[in-house]
Amino acid sequence: MNKGFYESLDDVEQGRTFLDSTELVLNMGPQHPSTHGVLRVVLKLDGERVNGIECIIGYLHRGIEKIAESRTYPQFNPYTDRLDYVAAVSNSFAYCMAVEKLIKAEVPKRAQYLRVIMAELARLSSHQVWLGTHALDVGAITPLFYLFREREEILKIFEKYCGARLTTHAFRIGGCQYDAYEGFEKEVLRFCDLQESRINEYEELLTSNRIWLQRTKDVGVISGKDCISLGVTGPVLRGSDVKWDLRKAQPYSSYEEFEFDVPTGKSGDTYDRYLVRIEEMRQSLRIIRQAVAGLPEGPIMAKIPKVLKPPAGETYVSMEAPKGELGFFIVSDGSTQPYRVRVRPPSFVNLQALEKMVRGRLVADVVAVIGTLDIVLGEVDR
Amino acid sequence: MRPITEYLHSNLTPGESGDLLWIFVYVVVIFLGISLAVLLMNWLERKILAHMQIRLGPMRVGPHGLLQSIADALKLLIKEDVIPSQADKIVFWFAPIIVVMTAFTLFLVVPFGRTHAVTDMNIGILFMLGVSSLGVLGVIMGGWSSNSHYPLLGSLRSSAQMVSYEIAMGLAIVSAILMTSVASGTGTLSMIGIVESQYQQHRWFAFQFFPLGLVALLVFAVAMVAETNRAPFDLPEAESELVAGFMTEYSGFRWSLFFLAEYASMIAVSSIAVTLWLGGWLRPFPNALSGAGWDGAFSFVPALTFVGFGGLCIYSASRMPKVRGMKLQSGGLAAFGMLLGAIGLLMCAPALRARVQDVYWFVFKVSIFMYLYIWYRGTFPRYRFDQLMKVGWKVLLPIALAVLILTALVGVRQELFSVVAEAVR
Repeated sequence: MNKGFYESLDDVEQGRTFLDSTELVLNMGPQHPSTHGVLRVVLKLDGERVNGIECIIGYLHRGIEKIAESRTYPQFNPYTDRLDYVAAVSNSFAYCMAVEKLIKAEVPKRAQYLRVIMAELARLSSHQVWLGTHALDVGAITPLFYLFREREEILKIFEKYCGARLTTHAFRIGGCQYDAYEGFEKEVLRFCDLQESRINEYEELLTSNRIWLQRTKDVGVISGKDCISLGVTGPVLRGSDVKWDLRKAQPYSSYEEFEFDVPTGKSGDTYDRYLVRIEEMRQSLRIIRQAVAGLPEGPIMAKIPKVLKPPAGETYVSMEAPKGELGFFIVSDGSTQPYRVRVRPPSFVNLQALEKMVRGRLVADVVAVIGTLDIVLGEVDR
Repeated sequence: MRPITEYLHSNLTPGESGDLLWIFVYVVVIFLGISLAVLLMNWLERKILAHMQIRLGPMRVGPHGLLQSIADALKLLIKEDVIPSQADKIVFWFAPIIVVMTAFTLFLVVPFGRTHAVTDMNIGILFMLGVSSLGVLGVIMGGWSSNSHYPLLGSLRSSAQMVSYEIAMGLAIVSAILMTSVASGTGTLSMIGIVESQYQQHRWFAFQFFPLGLVALLVFAVAMVAETNRAPFDLPEAESELVAGFMTEYSGFRWSLFFLAEYASMIAVSSIAVTLWLGGWLRPFPNALSGAGWDGAFSFVPALTFVGFGGLCIYSASRMPKVRGMKLQSGGLAAFGMLLGAIGLLMCAPALRARVQDVYWFVFKVSIFMYLYIWYRGTFPRYRFDQLMKVGWKVLLPIALAVLILTALVGVRQELFSVVAEAVR
């Protein structure tokens, strides 16, 4: 072999191994420190090189879509919190918007702004969990604690707003159940100032760290074209230089009224995705600041009937969740319960890119790429 | 009685004087001391790492968690001893023993002071290199005999890593050994001899032929982290990739043996670095602050350290909340502080003062390296396997080779000049 042992993809393609030895089948997961829950990855290894990879999912399957068929529309709302549990607010947001579209309810402006503030806070907290665990996977154990320190502040705001920290059930169909509490604006703004400086702190730890650069640059590269054909969305897509953000492309909940940039990466590697997400955290703070400053007065709940019976029909509504496009497809037969609910989870679709990104790479890269895809198994398995 | 006192007046290591009793005493003291240091190191690592990560670390078992590592050691001892049914039992059984044996054997030649070494071999440093590279055998055996994939990958990583870093390490050591011949004309491999020649040259080898000594020390400092499988080179036990690497199938007492060996070898390689480049047991600033007055002042530092730590303990105890449940904790901490203070006062006695300061400075220098180990772990992400190899072969090895050649050339520069001058004439 003249080519570098670890650089030749031809051998991988033709299933050749070093010295024609047999492949080592390594079962990573479902209990493994860095498969982010109960993902099981079966790796076919040639030494440390990954020749083949197979993801086995379903260990966290709870049949949420089926449950929806035996619940009324408002009853199903809390179940959505259990999809992407690190950004529960976003799920509820998307589901409520889908049902609101079915019943053609107009959400009051104040509720829309409140939703934006909460959803952006959820995006921040989701990105914090991502960065902490991703850095931990790559071997930096310290950032995790710094990130969870700030996440605690967000969870405190959630707790004060709706009483729950993780599975928030923050929104109701037609608006919000709770208005902003006393001193909400001040607290959120104070958090924004704190977070702004803390993001710089994270960057000090990682952005120009030589080992971090070596571990993330040119690792898990995926082109924008591949991303689109696989249906990959969110920061992963934007990291591959595709400027696609549903908040800009099809604004919902007054997102058109806020000024923010959509950061994109150039090469589509793990480092670019890291930079994109870091920048997204900054942009989220920008949106939150604008939303808090322009928070209008008025009702927080649309006038909707006590018993929800959407007219027969179907709808698909999607939004930019922290991990990508989160969509709810709801079929109504005119009764109080949905006939069918289908979730389009970003994590599940993004996970499909894993094989393309790690074939021919090393075991350590698999771990780094699973981290950079930012999957949550609650959403993958539903 | 006579043999005891005779030895104490002899100013020799027990090995040199051939005194079996004192050899035994030294071996036991060093074994216990290293074991205690490992326990302490465990506690310190968790505390320091915790404070770096805005946590408190162990706080419950004993005051400020001081007894945490003892509790953990007890827990590990009484755990069920599991040997996987598919494992190669004999090899599995032997692996941790080999690792621990090699880690502790290293301390035979470590000079804690002019007379405080078990023995002074004339090939001391060679002995250390040889024995320390034996440790990888235990790691490979452990990984192989577990008959499981993660340990296998871990042990293969470990062997490749140790082999490639040993070379850079060895070359860096050779350049330090070359320096021992600068003043006297004849070099030495004896650990005590190396420190002695630094004393004679009035210069630690880290600052000899500046910056060559320093670069060699840096190469060694990187290689020794890789050699001991610590972050950022902790690939053999990379938690997020290989679960626990070669130790995955080990539990209870056997696992704690690996743990013990890891920390013991960390101390051992740090003491090689201290001996070779940082003047071993010699006190700092030998040139700038020389003279009998300064010698006397420095001899009080060990006592002061103990008294200081004792005072710190008593101060912390006084700041603990005065509630019923905390009485034992604060009382315990105060008692510990008083014990430290008493030891400190005892050390002021002239006879003791002269004997402990060698050990004190040695331990002080080693603990700087131990702190660095913890600091690395808190700061750096982990290298990938191919990057680790690249650092070893393409960065450290050429640097170490260059330093070695340059050191040799600088060392013989006068002879070189005269030879050239002769030829020109």
